[in-house]
Amino acid sequence: MMALIAFSLMAIVLVAAAIYAVLQKDLLYAVISTGVISVVLSVFFFLMQAPDVALTEAAIGIALTTIIFIITIRNTTRYEDDPKDNTLEKF
Amino acid sequence: MKKVFVLILLAVVGLYLSNTFNLISFGDNRVGEVVEETTTVSGYYLKETPTKSEVANVVTAIVVNYRGFDTLGEVTVLFLATTGLGSILFRRKEEEEGVERLSKPASSLVSTGSRILFPLVVLLGVYVFIHGHLTPGGGFQGGAIIATGFLLMLISYKNYKVSHSTLGWVESFAGISFVLIGFWGLISSHSFLQNIPQVGELNSLISGGVIPIIYIAVGFKVAAELTGVLDILLNIKPKK
Repeated sequence: MMALIAFSLMAIVLVAAAIYAVLQKDLLYAVISTGVISVVLSVFFFLMQAPDVALTEAAIGIALTTIIFIITIRNTTRYEDDPKDNTLEKF
Repeated sequence: MKKVFVLILLAVVGLYLSNTFNLISFGDNRVGEVVEETTTVSGYYLKETPTKSEVANVVTAIVVNYRGFDTLGEVTVLFLATTGLGSILFRRKEEEEGVERLSKPASSLVSTGSRILFPLVVLLGVYVFIHGHLTPGGGFQGGAIIATGFLLMLISYKNYKVSHSTLGWVESFAGISFVLIGFWGLISSHSFLQNIPQVGELNSLISGGVIPIIYIAVGFKVAAELTGVLDILLNIKPKK
């Protein structure tokens, strides 16, 4: 029962972070939200007895994918609706 | 109208997925009994791997031994992706004048912290890929962890340079040794990437034949490639 409650809470966090990432106009927050998805997913993989996949998800999903998206945001724009905005000053 | 169709499609896919997954109760043992004579595929792997390949981590045995050719393909895909990215985005020395990796220097807290953490992160990565045949993890995971360590240094020190020629040498040497180990299996046994020698015993560091050697090569290769990608991406000149 406890395990079921914990799994459900984590699943709710996962889906909430995914919906936030889609709806958020500030792309930096959206990318960090995808990082949160990776954290929860990695814990899920570990609890479902797939520690190899959990390690991969932790190293690539949390660190590398997030940083590559952040570099992309730095070189393009930060907000979804504002094509003229340059985020270089804000970094 | 389009959105309605998308919703209907999603509903149908969700219905069939949920029906499929409802057949299996959550957390159920789907492997079957390992000791049985006629067993499932996963049961076969769990049963045969410790005796045949003498590798403690069955996932490693599947990735490097049973499906070693797939792993070679994955490494090639990563290599081609890195080469493509580098050929488009790499800057030569003369053009590098105006490039700033960081618009502001990192705070002393970040730079000192990453200087302390860098050797530990690299050590963790090396541990993960050397012990790939004993504990969870392996070449890809260890290489990604090492690249994360280099990333820490790259984003906290303005004049921290990685040498792309060294990275290229490491990458090429690791890739060539992977293929040569494969040909060694082809020569001494009957198939490419066949696991040959049985030195050491199960659960010790020196065991599993060529599997740890392949994983060390994969670890070096992935670490060099991802570090190169991160350095190239961080050196892009942001548009003014």
